[in-house]
Amino acid sequence: MAIILDHVSHAYEAGTSMQIKALDDVNLVIPDGQFIGLIGHTGSGKSTLVQHLNGLLKPTTGNIYYNGADIHDPEYNRKELRSKVGLVFQYPEHQLFEIDVFKDVCFGPKNLGLSQKEVELRAYEALKQVGIADEYFYQSPFDLSGGQKRRVAIAGVLAMKPEVLILDEPTAGLDPKGRDEILNLIAALQKERGITVILVSHSMEDVAKYVQRLIVMDKGRVMYDDAPAEVFKHYEELEKMGLSAPQVTYIMHALKKQGYPVNADLTTIEEAKNEILRVLRL
Amino acid sequence: MIREITLGQYYQAESVIHHMDPRTKIVGTIAFIVSLFLANNWIGYVVMAAFLAAVICISKVPFKFMVRGMKSIVLLLLITVIFNLFLTPGTPIVKIWKLTITQEGLRQAIYMGIRLIFLILGSSLMTLTTTPNNLTDGLESLLGPLKLIHVPVHEVAMMMAIALRFIPILLDETDKIMKAQIARGADFESGNLIKKAKNMIPLLVPLFISAFRRANDLAMAMEARCYRGGKNRTKMKPLKYKGRDAAAYLVLVLYLALVVATKKLL
Repeated sequence: MAIILDHVSHAYEAGTSMQIKALDDVNLVIPDGQFIGLIGHTGSGKSTLVQHLNGLLKPTTGNIYYNGADIHDPEYNRKELRSKVGLVFQYPEHQLFEIDVFKDVCFGPKNLGLSQKEVELRAYEALKQVGIADEYFYQSPFDLSGGQKRRVAIAGVLAMKPEVLILDEPTAGLDPKGRDEILNLIAALQKERGITVILVSHSMEDVAKYVQRLIVMDKGRVMYDDAPAEVFKHYEELEKMGLSAPQVTYIMHALKKQGYPVNADLTTIEEAKNEILRVLRL
Repeated sequence: MIREITLGQYYQAESVIHHMDPRTKIVGTIAFIVSLFLANNWIGYVVMAAFLAAVICISKVPFKFMVRGMKSIVLLLLITVIFNLFLTPGTPIVKIWKLTITQEGLRQAIYMGIRLIFLILGSSLMTLTTTPNNLTDGLESLLGPLKLIHVPVHEVAMMMAIALRFIPILLDETDKIMKAQIARGADFESGNLIKKAKNMIPLLVPLFISAFRRANDLAMAMEARCYRGGKNRTKMKPLKYKGRDAAAYLVLVLYLALVVATKKLL
């Protein structure tokens, strides 16, 4: 079971002189349980793409299938789809509104029409998963720190128990520590629950460490769709799109040019360290 | 969904109207509105329609785009037309139950409807062809003489500029928050009025918080640049009348004269 995008295009302000083509003939298959990175420069269409996956935006042309059903079929229950495909927006803390943290996380599951007991159980579980301690449960969400607010907002989507979790720039505006915490949390969740995770970002460093598959977008088109190491081989083309490969890629390629027999297709610092040590020991 | 509101929006294009001095456009719009109430027969309305059509044509704003903004006033338009249709005394034409449509009423209703449509089209043409900054600059300059009687003209203009500037930002924000809550299963469409109002809370609370946050940031940014109100403040681009403005004023005077002349015709 999977999400399938079939020749999806989307234009904003279609039919006016301000028409902007945000997506241009996108074809993707997203199978269950994958951890995917979606990368692109600002304005490349990645946010537009993810809003199609849970039916918030309708493609101008093309079709989207979730588990084999066309999500824009008039008969299709899009409300249910939104509980299956959870979308965490950029700066999700801007959506908090309830008087306390716990109630805010309850909002999502409550909208699914679950019993009060089930709602609270899910909220509790989700808050625990994102690492919010009990003492914060009955505080106003607006009194929390930036990183905590974001965790609460992510918990708000997690509590709906989505099968696919999409996060649009979940680390924007966080300090390095907060960024690592959020990314580790997402990776742990993905492993634990076995759900599909799509991580939208413009930073290669962020995603290279975690994802199995990398989709690179530019000007509304999918440019690369492969394992990270394969994508980073095109580091020169990536630069032309205003992106860059992780720094280790550059270092390894530079070493190779200097005549060291290293394998340059590495993505993480750990791998690079081991490779350099291996070569030095030769 | 929310992007369809065109009121107060600017439409980017290259045209004589776009490049005109904002003061000319404001005066022109006021003159046009006055002319709407001067005309009292069909010839006057034909002249007005021709003038409006010509200006819209020159402005290069697509007519379709302007009509989209009219959707918001359909209700007002209907109420006006219906009231005029049924409540004007005169020679009756049709009688339905207790309501009578009179000849005068029919005439009045048609004229009022046209006036209202022209009024909205005319004034939205001004906002569509003038950036909010230019508009407030023009207003400040036109209202300048009021400073003599201690009206805080600059402050009012600044408030207007900020308000106009924030309309698109807050609309965008509304759109974003709405989507985020829909993604969490919120429902903004179904239910009765009370339920609908209640369902708005997840939208309104974050929206207000964000508006206050933005207001705070803006105030800080303005203070950081030593903004202290209008006294002794100069402009980077002072408003200057050019040849096309003189031509526009001339056309305006001719147009007004024509409308006044039509009053004598029938």
